[in-house]
Amino acid sequence: MTAEQVVRTVTDPELPMVTLAELGIVREVRQDGDGVTVTITPTYSGCPAMESIRADISAALRTAGFGPVEVRTVLAPAWTTDWISESGRRKLAEAGIAPPGAAPRRGAGPIPLTLTPRPSTLRCPRCGSAQTEAIAAFGATACRELRRCLDCREPFEHMKEI
Amino acid sequence: MAFDDAYGALTDHDDDARWAYGTGFTDPLAGVPSGLPDGVDRADLTAYCLMLGDDALVMSHRLQQWVTRAPELEDELALANIGLDLLGQARLLLTRAGEAEGAGRDEDALAYGRDPGEFRNVRLAERADADFAHLMARLLVFATWRLALFDRLAGSSDQMLAAIAAKGVKELTYHRDYAAQWVVRLGDGTALSHERMAAAVTAVLPLVEELFQPHEVELRLTAAGVAVDPAALRPEFDAVLTQVLAAATIEAGPVRAVAAGTGRGGEHTEALTEILAELQQLARAVPGGSW
Repeated sequence: MTAEQVVRTVTDPELPMVTLAELGIVREVRQDGDGVTVTITPTYSGCPAMESIRADISAALRTAGFGPVEVRTVLAPAWTTDWISESGRRKLAEAGIAPPGAAPRRGAGPIPLTLTPRPSTLRCPRCGSAQTEAIAAFGATACRELRRCLDCREPFEHMKEI
Repeated sequence: MAFDDAYGALTDHDDDARWAYGTGFTDPLAGVPSGLPDGVDRADLTAYCLMLGDDALVMSHRLQQWVTRAPELEDELALANIGLDLLGQARLLLTRAGEAEGAGRDEDALAYGRDPGEFRNVRLAERADADFAHLMARLLVFATWRLALFDRLAGSSDQMLAAIAAKGVKELTYHRDYAAQWVVRLGDGTALSHERMAAAVTAVLPLVEELFQPHEVELRLTAAGVAVDPAALRPEFDAVLTQVLAAATIEAGPVRAVAAGTGRGGEHTEALTEILAELQQLARAVPGGSW
């Protein structure tokens, strides 16, 4: 396997059903002989999984016989849920997490305030109903919110658009 | 990765990847290019990064104090997540301050090794919250001000500050919405919730003026294209606050004066001393401890 193929197998520590590559966290894999430089970007500034992610990538590459391995962090451009791949979105939905819609487009002027829940086109990952409501804007991690389906009545998580 | 021992799982690698004080995890900008922009005074850039970093660190600590005290589990999660976002911003900014200073101090040395008079945060960040309404009033003011600031700072000539700000804008947008929705819910709620929310707004408003008073470092760095003049944020801040308070049916009463001085100049209330006593206790008791 190439270094890039190895990195593509590494899963996210908090969302183990998807790979880091599918989440759009892996920005670049550069191979120079046996040496590899991987560039990653955090989802949120305070993401406590960054160290774990770096360690998992290093371990996977070294186990596959690569070295030295360097994992670099970039902050810009800032991560957006638009970078999550189609297969990543499908796997999130299969795991009961409604994937994000398109990230909000920034118009001119100040960022608008949201005082009432945003209209949403997302569907319940269990029954497919479009009738859902927000329970809480922050879930088990900063990237997820809690919602409830008004038809099957089940609560579910939704990855927030950023 | 094995999850039966979460801490063991984090340390189950042959490198220094850890997460907690005293475990050697001090590298949030690993691999990020760290050069300084041309023509920028190192001492000014250090001070500016400390200002923005201390705002986030102190506010984050106040939010963490609410964990196990929030009215509902969902809000517990929200406050913890907002605190975590701000802690992440603080780590990046304090690390940047250490790089700009060039004296070998890292984020831990700056967070745990400075006395209250060396902190540069605005006094709004350190204020103790009498109840949940006070916290929501304070978070609304803090997030509205910081979002307006970061939105402009994303254009800074310092690439690192620009990147930190652009990332923070997305987070702060959620923080501001969360606080604003609570202020409206409580203000436009029952007679009792209205009364307490209005009292909280009245209590927090005296700390607003300080947010828009530029420190000389901010003015010099604004001229150099690095910083944002806080005075320029006032119209946007006022527009948002007016919108939220109107929806919350709260009329802002006359604002009473507070003691002169600014947190940016190192002048603080005793609330900061109390926060730092807790925040720094372990690091002060076991300097450089590792386990």
